[in-house]
Amino acid sequence: MANDRIVLPPVNAQKTNMSCHFCIVGCGYHVYKWPENQEGGKAPHQNALGLDFRKQLPPFSTIVSPTQQTVVSDKSGRRYNILIVPDKECVVNQGGASVRGLHMASYIQKESRLKHPRIHTGDQWLDTDWNQALAIYAGVTKKVLDNKGPRELGFVLFDHGGAGGGFENTWGSGKLVFTGLQAPMTRIHNRQAYNSECHATREMGIMELNNSYEDAEVADCIMAIGVNPYETQTNYFLMHWLPNVQGTTIDKKKEWFPGEEVGEGRVIFVDPRKTASIAVCEATAPDRVLHLDIEPGTDVALFNGLFTYVVDQGWIDRDFIAKRTKGFDEAVKANRMSLEECSKITGVSVEKLKQAAEWAYKPKAGGKLKRTMHGYEKGIIWGNDNYAIQSSLLDLVIATHNVGGRRGTGCVRMGGHQEGYARPPHPTGEKIYLDQEIIAGKGQTLTFWGVSTFQTTCNAENFRNTVLRRSEIVKEALRKARGGTTAQIVDAIYDAIANKGGLFVTSINLYPHIMEDAAHLMLPAVHPGEMNLTSMNGERRLRLSERFMDPPGTAKPDCLIAADIANTLKAMYEKEGNAKMAARFKGFNWKTEEDAFNDGFRLMGKDDVGGVIHSQGGDTGHLATYELLRKAGNNGVQLPIKEVKNGKLIGTEILYTEKFDTPDGLAHFKPSPWKGFFKPVEAQRAKYRFWINSGRVNEAWQSMYHDYYNPNMRERWPMAPVEINPEDARDLGIASGDIVELYNDYGSTYGMAYIVPEAKRGQVFMQFGHFNGIQGDVTTEAVDRNVVPDYKHTWANIRKVASGTYKATVSFKSRHYKA
Amino acid sequence: MTQDSNQPAQPARREFFKMGGAITAGAGVAVVGLAPATAEAAVDTSATLPYKPKTIARVKTMKVNQPVAFNYPDAASPCQAVKMGTPVPGGVGPDNDIVAYSILCTHQGCPTVYDSNDRCFKCPCHYSIFDAEKAGQMVCGQAPTKLPQIVLEYDAKTDMIAAVAVNGLIYGRQANVL
Repeated sequence: MANDRIVLPPVNAQKTNMSCHFCIVGCGYHVYKWPENQEGGKAPHQNALGLDFRKQLPPFSTIVSPTQQTVVSDKSGRRYNILIVPDKECVVNQGGASVRGLHMASYIQKESRLKHPRIHTGDQWLDTDWNQALAIYAGVTKKVLDNKGPRELGFVLFDHGGAGGGFENTWGSGKLVFTGLQAPMTRIHNRQAYNSECHATREMGIMELNNSYEDAEVADCIMAIGVNPYETQTNYFLMHWLPNVQGTTIDKKKEWFPGEEVGEGRVIFVDPRKTASIAVCEATAPDRVLHLDIEPGTDVALFNGLFTYVVDQGWIDRDFIAKRTKGFDEAVKANRMSLEECSKITGVSVEKLKQAAEWAYKPKAGGKLKRTMHGYEKGIIWGNDNYAIQSSLLDLVIATHNVGGRRGTGCVRMGGHQEGYARPPHPTGEKIYLDQEIIAGKGQTLTFWGVSTFQTTCNAENFRNTVLRRSEIVKEALRKARGGTTAQIVDAIYDAIANKGGLFVTSINLYPHIMEDAAHLMLPAVHPGEMNLTSMNGERRLRLSERFMDPPGTAKPDCLIAADIANTLKAMYEKEGNAKMAARFKGFNWKTEEDAFNDGFRLMGKDDVGGVIHSQGGDTGHLATYELLRKAGNNGVQLPIKEVKNGKLIGTEILYTEKFDTPDGLAHFKPSPWKGFFKPVEAQRAKYRFWINSGRVNEAWQSMYHDYYNPNMRERWPMAPVEINPEDARDLGIASGDIVELYNDYGSTYGMAYIVPEAKRGQVFMQFGHFNGIQGDVTTEAVDRNVVPDYKHTWANIRKVASGTYKATVSFKSRHYKA
Repeated sequence: MTQDSNQPAQPARREFFKMGGAITAGAGVAVVGLAPATAEAAVDTSATLPYKPKTIARVKTMKVNQPVAFNYPDAASPCQAVKMGTPVPGGVGPDNDIVAYSILCTHQGCPTVYDSNDRCFKCPCHYSIFDAEKAGQMVCGQAPTKLPQIVLEYDAKTDMIAAVAVNGLIYGRQANVL
């Protein structure tokens, strides 16, 4: 397809709804589909967009670029044009789009996709069909289950929504693994055990997605903690934060809060690194931006210092504390820290700390409380003790009544991907550190389901090497089993894992990608557009992304793959007359993904459904049907659903107006004194020169599982960038575009040097999750009390490996916008 | 309190108009108005659009790092050419250092502003940054593609550079040639 034109949809093109697959914001799009040999005209009445392409369109008319268009074929060979355009009526993005969302069409039905199940025969990959693949997978699984029990079955599961999940697939995989197999050694895509990112805040009674994007528009102040929203929650930032900082939402504030002092919003960033988001805010309204550039990992000290200060100043809501909370006095005592000590630990001046406290918490005219929204993300979640930081932060937030139903407040996880959680409970409730179990030689099978764990775990080099070594034992058995029947192949695999220390590895995914290095079986899955899929965004807005095309080859939705596995196991147990085991795998009689949605999301809280269901839809999830969601379009409904009124789903904008999520309905303060770093982290800190920070890069999506196959993305980000201070670079003889090595006690990795004047000395930032340069290779095994990892803190040395490799093809200009 | 009020704020758009004046002042070049061209054109499916060559400037008159404004392929499409001083991808002229781009951001069509400090085109609406020395590669931002690069030719006899085609789709068009 030419890069200087697109094909317009004719007026009768099929139009369906799609929430962006990628970040949590979930911008609304429309997908247009029409026969390849047809084309809409340029006059407004001749094309489905209704725009006049006979002349240059003015700014903000629409976004249509070649990356948003492709041609697909259906199973009968008919070919169609596809164009995916941002939805102007969607309240989330209002016609806006991120660079990631604008590539959705570029990532559908590519040659590189897995089209059929594939089996490794010891030295090569061969296509097979679902019958053989399921016979092998279920055959090995059953032998392990029968002989050793479910603890030997390891799972690394995708979890939640967006491209990797949806309520349908999260339910399907969860029902198989937790109800059917009852396998406790299960972890989630980016965590080492089956756990939450938010144990502390939930124990305090506050689920982490508790307000609406509109609240950011009307807050007096936004406290942005360890989050870089321009690059990771783009249209939440551009459409809902910036208008507040720019002062264009003042009328709305006046309307919502009559008689209250209102003005332009302010934003306080807590981040050791100066980010692109901070640069954008400074370029927009320099007087209304404050950057608390704390020393790495000192968040607990920061929030304890601010908490102590606002309590001493009386900038808290005593009435609210008395009526709706408990444990305040204990928290004040345990967290007590003077601003001077806080300043010493965090490296932020007392003046700046006071300024932050005044902006965020000093009451307004007439003694009215400030409305401050707190948004946090991986800087805390993957920080130096997730549990402790969240406790300290929430203590401050609760005391100042910045959660609990006041509009313009909320304390929220900003989020990575979309959400979509509906699963049975974990079978034992244990938090098993899967990586360490595998490294210790435990586990006989390991299924990587919609994940690229080799690129995205901590202590990654050790984990990867162990899995590859143990996988090779099975490959050796497969080489010897060539020519055997399926039953003989199953026996050979089982012998290798039961008697020789092998690990049978399966990867269920869209692409072969990095996990093919370890796998013996690959099962092809699908993503939004190829199936109907429901997800919710960071304000709990549930939408249905509609299927508009066939999946490639025989690829299937994950929920139906789970059903196939369950039904195969059920048949095997029935055949041998084991009714008890067969019964564990019942209830998978699903023909479509809608059956899985109706089985999980819509049954929570109902009687006689065969067990407990944990779902983000709650007890009113049953009110949502595919039909109603189709009607609700890209605006969907904010969970929990209150009612259906005249065929319309009515949702909830802000949580905890009356009660918090605790048995007594009160918010619980949690004592959380400052304790320093985890031991393994401290050991690297003492020994190596550079703090290795890590995080996302705007253009790339997560592990780059799509981007890997996109030549344009590989041109811009061929290798993980390593941002380094100019003087440090000079010391080490490093120039932008060189390849550098980072190494410490845990391993080594390579990256692409990118000299950044704003980078502090001794601090580098490396892209997380890149396939070419894995930052996790130099992170430690440190986790908090709930096995939540500290990806953000490790130290390493750096040396130059190669000169000028990317100098000619990659831009190394500043990524910080300056007017 | 009208909690269900859903008046979508459009600050970015306002910001764009607010900054419109600063664009010309800051860059020292005229931003060409988006003149309507209403001629009815048949849908073109040929491999190459019928671009017409257009002379832009005499190289001798171009100063390093100072953009020259022109329109291409028609009056409604503002572009800028810059002499970089050192050879760059797509560069033409005696020093292979002259490049030109459509200045309309490929994200939502705001005119980008050339920043001579780091030699990038920057969009004031949603902050996308494009490297003039790397074929319009997006340095950071939300645009789906690079800035469309104007294909240039140099005539040594006349010392003139001419625009002859466009690599990449100009914002707000079905095809670069209306």
